[in-house]
Amino acid sequence: MDIKDFIANFAEQFEETDVNDIQATTVFKDLDEWSSLLALSVIAMVDEEYDVALKGDDIRSAQTVEDLYKLVKERA
Amino acid sequence: MAFLKIDNVSICGIAACVPKNVERNSESPLFADEKERQNLIESTGIEEKRVAPEGCCSSDLCYSAADKLVADLQWSKDEIDALVFVSQTPDYILPATACILQNRLGLKKDCLAFDISLGCSGWVYGMSVISSLLSNGGIKKTLLLCGDLTTRQNCYRDKTSYPLFGDAGTATALQYEEGADGFRIHLATDGAGADTIIIPDGGYRNPTTVESLKFEDLGSGKIMTRLHSRLDGMSVFSFAISKAPKSVKGLCEHFGIDINEIDCFPFHQANMFLNETVRKKLKIDAEKMPYCMKEFGNTSCASLPLTLVVTRREELQSKPMKVLGCAFGVGLSWGSIYFKTEKIVVPELIEI
Repeated sequence: MDIKDFIANFAEQFEETDVNDIQATTVFKDLDEWSSLLALSVIAMVDEEYDVALKGDDIRSAQTVEDLYKLVKERA
Repeated sequence: MAFLKIDNVSICGIAACVPKNVERNSESPLFADEKERQNLIESTGIEEKRVAPEGCCSSDLCYSAADKLVADLQWSKDEIDALVFVSQTPDYILPATACILQNRLGLKKDCLAFDISLGCSGWVYGMSVISSLLSNGGIKKTLLLCGDLTTRQNCYRDKTSYPLFGDAGTATALQYEEGADGFRIHLATDGAGADTIIIPDGGYRNPTTVESLKFEDLGSGKIMTRLHSRLDGMSVFSFAISKAPKSVKGLCEHFGIDINEIDCFPFHQANMFLNETVRKKLKIDAEKMPYCMKEFGNTSCASLPLTLVVTRREELQSKPMKVLGCAFGVGLSWGSIYFKTEKIVVPELIEI
């Protein structure tokens, strides 16, 4: 499971944010565009691409995009 | 997976009843600004819902639905052998509301009556129970009543949940019919998700105390007491988009059901984003998946029968149909059901 692909898949959920602003170290909840609906899009993407079910606690506890990647990789 | 094949049973009719009182999300005082309001309405697809007035219970809504349905079917009250009431907003902790309804409806004393405590998955579970009772021919005519006062379970100050839910009560009439195709059902449970949708106090685990009545701010617009339902939206979403499609696919595979032959897919009305994600995963045509959440919100166990009454009344009455329903939610509990209908009785939506 490649982190670059994960970041690309993650970034695809955003419509207004510059893709360069989304890196492994980005604290995604600080992004202007982040919302509860975007959280659901990310959950749907992870389910579709990696067949992993993220929980509310996973989103709440993860800080960076890399944190999410690690969670998904563990369960993939 | 738990698969059930229940023969010799058929649906005779479905009725639904909602309160007259409408609450519109466009008028809700909960939102900080118009942008927030619009975002919620657009992403959930829920514009308004019905709210039962004080003194009106789920049993009252179900009673009205049942009374009308029995009259339209021209059934005599003493023909009814069983009444199952599915709700998580019963009249009392005890006795079972089904017993009270047996009396109110004037049914005979030789009648099985009991409650099932399930929410969103309640109609599918209820159908499995009542049809199992009918299947061996010992009893002939039954009523499955499903209804909930979701607007009381959710706190009026919780802007993440209150706008999504509505009240409704339904009645489904089923009979023993030798040789009828019956139902094909899949049911499942995951109690690890119990905290995902829960009313923490008021039961016996955490009895009501003075603390239970205090409003708590849980952040993100969630203000509620411990006697109100707390819902982890992200976890429910994640669960539903994974389990609902697997349930439907599993049912079709196990019983050799051709999903392309299904006329109608009434699914639990959670919210538009969730339901559309599930529909797209299953590659179901939009015209085959009816929605009524726009006007009624999420009505818990009443959801599937209400959707059928409100969106497919004409077709259900005039021609045979193949239906595949899927319900998922509190428990966590979920299931799918496949059945055929043969010109059933569907009264117009009742409003009280």
